Amino acid sequence: MDALIAPFQYPFMQRAFAAALTVGILCSTMGTYVILRRLSFIGDGIAHASFAGIVIAYLNKMDYYIGASVVAVLTALGIGYVHRKGRISLDTTIGVLFTGAFALGVFLMSRQSSFAVDLESFLFGNILAVGARDLWLILGLSAAIAIAGMILWRPLLYTSFDPIVAQASGIDAERTEYILLTMLALTIIVSLQSVGIVLVAALLVTPAAAAYQLTERFVPMMTLSAVFGVLCSVGGLYLSYFLQSSSGATIVLLATIVFFISIAGKQLRVAARRRS
Amino acid sequence: MNEAVALRDIVVQYDGFTALDGVTLTVKAGEAMGIVGPNGSGKSTLLKTVAGLLRPSSGRLAVLGSDPRSLPSGSIAYVPQIEHVDWSFPATVWDVVAMGRFPHKRAFSFFNARDRAAVERALDSLDILSLADRHIANLSGGQQQRTFVARALAQEPRLLLLDEPTTGVDAKTEDALRRVVRERVAGGLPVMMTTHDLEHVNEWFDRLVVLDRRILAEGTPREVVASGAYASIREHVHTHGHLRLDHEPHEHHAEHPEIRR
Repeated sequence: MDALIAPFQYPFMQRAFAAALTVGILCSTMGTYVILRRLSFIGDGIAHASFAGIVIAYLNKMDYYIGASVVAVLTALGIGYVHRKGRISLDTTIGVLFTGAFALGVFLMSRQSSFAVDLESFLFGNILAVGARDLWLILGLSAAIAIAGMILWRPLLYTSFDPIVAQASGIDAERTEYILLTMLALTIIVSLQSVGIVLVAALLVTPAAAAYQLTERFVPMMTLSAVFGVLCSVGGLYLSYFLQSSSGATIVLLATIVFFISIAGKQLRVAARRRS
Repeated sequence: MNEAVALRDIVVQYDGFTALDGVTLTVKAGEAMGIVGPNGSGKSTLLKTVAGLLRPSSGRLAVLGSDPRSLPSGSIAYVPQIEHVDWSFPATVWDVVAMGRFPHKRAFSFFNARDRAAVERALDSLDILSLADRHIANLSGGQQQRTFVARALAQEPRLLLLDEPTTGVDAKTEDALRRVVRERVAGGLPVMMTTHDLEHVNEWFDRLVVLDRRILAEGTPREVVASGAYASIREHVHTHGHLRLDHEPHEHHAEHPEIRR
């Protein structure tokens, strides 16, 4: 029994579990909009783009969070603007802007003779290194995004389903999209330290995609997605302690397993319906 | 205010194409206006312009006395052609119709008894109350169309815009839609509706417009039926079986930059 609760005895693990819980809920609930708006690529895109912000912050001796946040939000808003005004498909716009921003980061980094940032932790995450200040940042940003989500859930839902009719009825679909993109950018920044640039997209997409297989209404989908998000992030961290594996990779692998189980669950449900 | 919609010399252009070229018309409160014309004649563009989804290049437009984009939320209900919706979206019929109440709701406000009553009335008026818990993917074409019209009615709008609601639906649905629209019009609601159904214009509309980027004819359905413009469209339908003119582009949401996702 002592062995089972061993991970919770260390302060760094307690902070890691608090971060995993917060990131798990945040990513998976925001992921509901990502899935319904077919924005699966955006998590990967904005996460990569934030790399330029990290390099710029390093060069200017600024806080990495601020650099990454500014570039991530600007990239997200740029994606929305170019998509709407340039009349270019969303996946093309994301592909162009994120690779451009990522290349800017690599370009700036390549011009330095030495580069002392721990890039591996940004690429693959290191939730065990979450300090008290990091945790407060994660909690603060998550609370702000959650409040915005609660205020705007009706416009977000309506414009996800039928943006044209929502716009005609008086809901500003364009403004709602820009706010959602900003919320997504901040969600990705919040998640970076936990699961890293490479894996953040998985936490945004996989729990919501799993919930999508099993539900037929929006609120249950978002709720189930949050349950999966917590299960995978906290469960993945817990397992990684015993398996002595990468926490980010374990979290995402667990989410992938949940996704395939949910597909199987959907098949079973369809088969049961046919029989009845 | 008797004039619900007033267009004067409205020109709408996109992609270098003139979709509406100097359209002038008015719709009064408690009046159902039908709009007929070939595919690509600007019928959907006209409705989108009135809804505030497209900005005219020139001309004057007043909807319920002001610019459609500055109206209070929930004033205009627009029902587009149904194929542009993701039918796998996690929503039941009730959920979709309830969205009609969203423009009236403030942040943190609850879905109250008045909202529920409006949704139930809308569902009941279109005979789909029994389908309230059904997922939208499991509906027939007619049931889908009734769901979208019910959402518009649940909104309790001051102007109703319907884009070919009778295309591809069964006779029962068409009868239900016509009955509901005529009831609302009798209650004072102004309605604009495009249609390809030239056979029942007398039963649907108080006034009829024949549109081909410009207004070719306007009047009561009987007057317009008696005009040459209407007869030429009928001839086109009988000859070609449909109203499409091949040299003109399809009207489609993707062609309008303002209304893309």
